[in-house]
Amino acid sequence: MHSIHWERWLAWSTTAGIGAVSLWLVFGIYSAGQPLWALGVLALTALAFYVYLSKANFAYRYLFPGLAAMAVFVAFPLLYTAQIGFTNYSSNNLLSLERATAYLLDQTEADESRAMGFTLHAAGKEFRLVLAPPHEPAEERDPDRLQALRAQSFVSPPLALLAAKKPVEVRMLPLGKETVRIGEPLPLIEVLKHRDALMAATLELPDGARLNYSGVREFAPLKKVWQRNADGSLTRLDDSAVYRPNFESGYFENAAGERMQPGFKVSIGLDNYKRMLFDADFRGPFIKIFAWTVVFSALTVVLTTAVGMTLAVMLNWEALRFRTVYRTLLFLPYAVPSFISILVFRGLFNQNFGEINMVLDALFGIKPAWFADPLLAQAMVLIVNTWLGYPYIMVLCTGLLKAVPADLYEASAIAGAKPLTNFFKITAPLIIKPLTPLLISVFAFNFNNFVLIALLTDGRPDFLNTKLPAGTTDILVSYTYRIAFRDSGQNFGLAAAISTVIFFMVATISLVNMRLAKVNADKK
Amino acid sequence: MAIVTGKNQRWRVFAAHAFLWILIGVMLLPLLAVISISLRPGNFATGSLIPTEISLEHWKLALGIPVQTADGALIEPPFPVLRWLWNSIKIAGITAFLIVAISTTAAYAFARLKFRFKSVILNGMLLLQIFPAVLALVAIYAVFDTIGNYLPWLGIETHAGLIVAYLGGIATHVWTIRGYFETIPVEIEECAKVDGATHWQAFRHVLLPMAVPILMVVFVLAFVGIIIEYPVASVLLREEPNLTLAVGSKYYLLEQRYLWGDFAAAAVLSGLPITAVFLLAQRWIVSGLTAGGVKG
Repeated sequence: MHSIHWERWLAWSTTAGIGAVSLWLVFGIYSAGQPLWALGVLALTALAFYVYLSKANFAYRYLFPGLAAMAVFVAFPLLYTAQIGFTNYSSNNLLSLERATAYLLDQTEADESRAMGFTLHAAGKEFRLVLAPPHEPAEERDPDRLQALRAQSFVSPPLALLAAKKPVEVRMLPLGKETVRIGEPLPLIEVLKHRDALMAATLELPDGARLNYSGVREFAPLKKVWQRNADGSLTRLDDSAVYRPNFESGYFENAAGERMQPGFKVSIGLDNYKRMLFDADFRGPFIKIFAWTVVFSALTVVLTTAVGMTLAVMLNWEALRFRTVYRTLLFLPYAVPSFISILVFRGLFNQNFGEINMVLDALFGIKPAWFADPLLAQAMVLIVNTWLGYPYIMVLCTGLLKAVPADLYEASAIAGAKPLTNFFKITAPLIIKPLTPLLISVFAFNFNNFVLIALLTDGRPDFLNTKLPAGTTDILVSYTYRIAFRDSGQNFGLAAAISTVIFFMVATISLVNMRLAKVNADKK
Repeated sequence: MAIVTGKNQRWRVFAAHAFLWILIGVMLLPLLAVISISLRPGNFATGSLIPTEISLEHWKLALGIPVQTADGALIEPPFPVLRWLWNSIKIAGITAFLIVAISTTAAYAFARLKFRFKSVILNGMLLLQIFPAVLALVAIYAVFDTIGNYLPWLGIETHAGLIVAYLGGIATHVWTIRGYFETIPVEIEECAKVDGATHWQAFRHVLLPMAVPILMVVFVLAFVGIIIEYPVASVLLREEPNLTLAVGSKYYLLEQRYLWGDFAAAAVLSGLPITAVFLLAQRWIVSGLTAGGVKG
């Protein structure tokens, strides 16, 4: 069978190709000084090859893509977050030691001692660039001196400059040997027009020296700023100052303890956690934010349940017509994408331009400062979250109410009970048990309801007198996000440590929930 | 119902209707207000809630058409809304397709095949999805920052990176599809195998065609879920033309540059189709999940 042979061959060469590419990638990561990452990628690709090529249980072939995605993009980030919590990873200490070293070693500065003056001269539509040793204009009047200067000067071929599109490499020729006539130099104002093209140009002298633009009248060769020593420390070539990596602080430091930016990532043990517990400046707002997170989640559960359950019970009343219409309309807030409805409320609540204050002003003559006053802001967050959340509870309760036997109500009607009595003596006790685990899930969801806070208030209004910006409507996750990605110096390490704490809180809530669900299931 | 009705029953019904209509009014007012605001000239609250003068300026800007004001100044669209919408649809479409693909195969293994650690893996999956991605944002950022050093097309500020980041969220989808597979009698595939089909052929040509409804439901759920995803996208995408709708919309309401009317038009434009899709999907979800929920 010729065709099958061919397919086989194709399959094997593809496999070999994928293998080669992954090995190349692993090697690239390894040689960039990231052995752990390289090991991880290697392990993953090796596992993939094992699963798809060996005769082991083929069930894993179906499972592998999904499990690998979950392992790499869900499980690993959670573990990695915990690990980052033990480091000083931040915008100041962003790079690994290798990359920070490489960054410093790449730094160059203009070598002013070997700088040359330049002038531009028109050559038809193009320009010639002339480099001469630094000198006073008066020197040119002396013919001998001028001769000597010309001997050390260089000229470029005609260049497009302003019209040039890409960075150019220019080979300079000795001016003495060049027979072309060179006119008067262009005035500075003309030269400045070509600044961008000049900055992108590299001039190469006949002796191989390479010069770059270093000022409006100068080109100079670049020289390295740092030199690496055998023990990993760096010497600044200018003044021979030695900077050693300090693995406590994560910076290169000299003998006097002066730090060199950028720093690098090092493990700092429990420092981030100590800060949460013992640093009074940090602990104050942190505890307030934690308290608000709990209050916010709990009140959200209470309010959404109050509204949602009332509606579910009312809409369960068979004497009422148009119940489907009501249900559909009342469900709408849940169907609108939350990022849109939250932003709509952000606009509606705006103090000066918002429609809510327009109505309140017309009716009562008040314009509450929803975004500036801490209490009002918290109230607004709760109002908006109740609007967002009640339809879900309504749907849940509607489902649970169907399971309540109708004869209970018949019996209570015979006994002459009022609707409220019905609700508190029959309905509520019967549905509260199956509802509790669901409500705890709602609590857990709102505990981490980052989108609401991030889009509605950004955590504002902020507490006064805190070192790290912290807001009165911030919940723990939005505070973490601010520390990591916003205004406070991108302290990833601290943010990761807080995330780890939240991680354990969420785990605890879920554990309680699972216990409750199990108790309920056992009773049935 | 056979309940004896009281004298004041009619009043109660009337009161309930009135209460519900008022409540519906209050609840839906924000949504109606946005439509009205999008048609009102100017970016500030002026005049009444019902616009006295209809203006299409915000809608034109949302659709990317520059607007000429009365005094002759030309207003360029403030943000590339259509581009953001396209980014969102592209990312969500590709991701939802991949999610369906990898969760279907995984669900097949869980529903039909025997292998070691089955219950351990299943429980591990459910345990993992308790923890929202918000908790791992720092690590997700660091991971894609690192990946970007070696594969620039998969790093931060790339849509490919964002799509890959979303692929981990499949636990619930695997669960849903598995439930559905278990309602399909295993005998059908066994017949196919007796006729000489391999496992893969039985899965691909027998089981998969029967599971199309649930796959569509999962596709729509994943699609909507990613369209409205904010935290991960806001960390991985920063540059304006690159943003998704969920991340970009916020820029309309910054205090320095408050574009309330323009936002309203963009919100209605992008919110209506998503809401419609979600409401349609709701119907499927109910039928799909009840069908899938009954375990065999």
